[in-house]
Amino acid sequence: MDAIVVDGLEKSYGKDVRALDGIRFSVPEGEVFGLLGPNGAGKSTTVRILATLTKADAGRATVAGHDVASEAGAVRRAIGYVPQASGVDREATGRENLVLQGRLQGMRGADLERRSADLLETFGLSDKANALVKTYSGGMKRRLDVAMGLVHRPHVLFLDEPTTGLDPEARAAMWEELESLAAAESLTILLTTHYLEEADRLARRVAIVSRGKVVVEGTPEALKSALRGDAVTIELGGTDTDGAAEIARGLAGVHEVTMDGRRLHLRVDHGAQAVPVILAALDATGADVQAVTVSRPSLDDVYLHHTGRDFRADDGELR
Amino acid sequence: MTVISQTLILCARVLRNLSRQPIWIAVMIVQPMFWLLLYSQLFRRITDLPGFGTVSYVDYLTPGVAIMTAFFSGSWAGMGMIEDLDRGVLERFLATPASRAAIVFGRILQSAIVATLQALLILLVGILLGATNGGIVGWLVILLAAFLTAAGFAGLSHGIALRTRQEASMIAVAQFLSLPLLFFSSLLIARTLIPGWMQSFSLLNPVEWAVRAARGEAIPGTGWDEMGTFLLLLGGFLALTTTFATRSFRSYQRTL
Repeated sequence: MDAIVVDGLEKSYGKDVRALDGIRFSVPEGEVFGLLGPNGAGKSTTVRILATLTKADAGRATVAGHDVASEAGAVRRAIGYVPQASGVDREATGRENLVLQGRLQGMRGADLERRSADLLETFGLSDKANALVKTYSGGMKRRLDVAMGLVHRPHVLFLDEPTTGLDPEARAAMWEELESLAAAESLTILLTTHYLEEADRLARRVAIVSRGKVVVEGTPEALKSALRGDAVTIELGGTDTDGAAEIARGLAGVHEVTMDGRRLHLRVDHGAQAVPVILAALDATGADVQAVTVSRPSLDDVYLHHTGRDFRADDGELR
Repeated sequence: MTVISQTLILCARVLRNLSRQPIWIAVMIVQPMFWLLLYSQLFRRITDLPGFGTVSYVDYLTPGVAIMTAFFSGSWAGMGMIEDLDRGVLERFLATPASRAAIVFGRILQSAIVATLQALLILLVGILLGATNGGIVGWLVILLAAFLTAAGFAGLSHGIALRTRQEASMIAVAQFLSLPLLFFSSLLIARTLIPGWMQSFSLLNPVEWAVRAARGEAIPGTGWDEMGTFLLLLGGFLALTTTFATRSFRSYQRTL
């Protein structure tokens, strides 16, 4: 059975902003699914609709078998929601935050006490359990956030940008927590992220979202291996960048050429062999090559391949 | 049933957080004392004016300060809501099965409890200063009026907070309302000394209703029909503003 089914959700804010444009995907029970896309792609809006915080203009969605629009109460009991903007009470202790969350979910007494203590232990917060959250570090606060989403043993957990704003060390620690979480509890996790690396590492399957739609979906490995060969990126100076793209297209062993600003993205069978040939050809026409990088395919390349745009540029543009 | 228990849980959360702020507690205690002592000195001879009758100014002032304090703390209550909103606490509550109404009621109840405790304190000091206010029944009416006033204005304040969602706008609206409502009432001065047109307007003012109810037992010739009417009006005001706050909550949700 699918724990999450999203079927053609549409949502606009005002007249101009079309946040969701018929997004569609489903997540089988027990899977960690990543919604990957730049800021503003519609990931958070999707999660907010699934968490019953807001309503879609069109389309439908079910979570744990319940319709998010007509059975909001049942959905809320079945889900844990970890919002992007945290949501912990800074003036309360970690334990108090967990207990309050549990009580609002209808838990009480010894069961709630034990569950809170267990979660504090699991997330390495036992030492600071009775300290006010405002004394926590960013990483600790975020771990408490996730623990709060889990207190009532939900079937489905939504993690909206779980590591945004964390330093690299705290991010790595959070990844480890989430990995063991996914392994231990029979939990369906929907993770949104604009870190390609995060989706690659944590999600069993990934849907790449761009402008309110899923552009492609699959396991990170399948998505990457669908792109043949290596990625070559050439940064150009000068003015005739279109001419350079034309020349690259004519070369043997070059499959795919995308021009993105001053960056020329090529897909080649074998990077090390292709680069000298490409450079020689460009050099012959007087193109001004400033930098060259060769890499194994990454989700970056998958994004570029399916949207025709550079992930980081999209992410920055909408930030 | 669940609405009541969730209201209590959420109210307890805010009271607990506030109880950890010593400065807040100190101001909540000292400020009403300050008003009571300051006004009783400043306006000591005001009862010499015609219109006050035989009522002592302490008797006159004690219910007034209790209501003023309740009115102020109710009016500013929305600031707490904005803080929860900014910090994402509200959004998190909304993703739980907790009743939407309980989220608003919990906050309103918290303001009302704080204001009632303050009124109790004011009353105790007033009694030490020689106020009688008609004995136990009069005291209970003061506490009830303070409770309803704080709750009613807290409802209004939370509604405004949820619609403006900005601290600066919230402060502007609260300030815009507070002094006019205070002076369009007989809170600090005998009703008969207020110009006629202001008296008529003041009958539309919930602060005036609260003062008239709270002061009823102290003023000879005020019957239960009058006090009862004002208490009912206050109850109606509370129902109205609570509805407004709950509706505003829905309008906030639509913006998510």
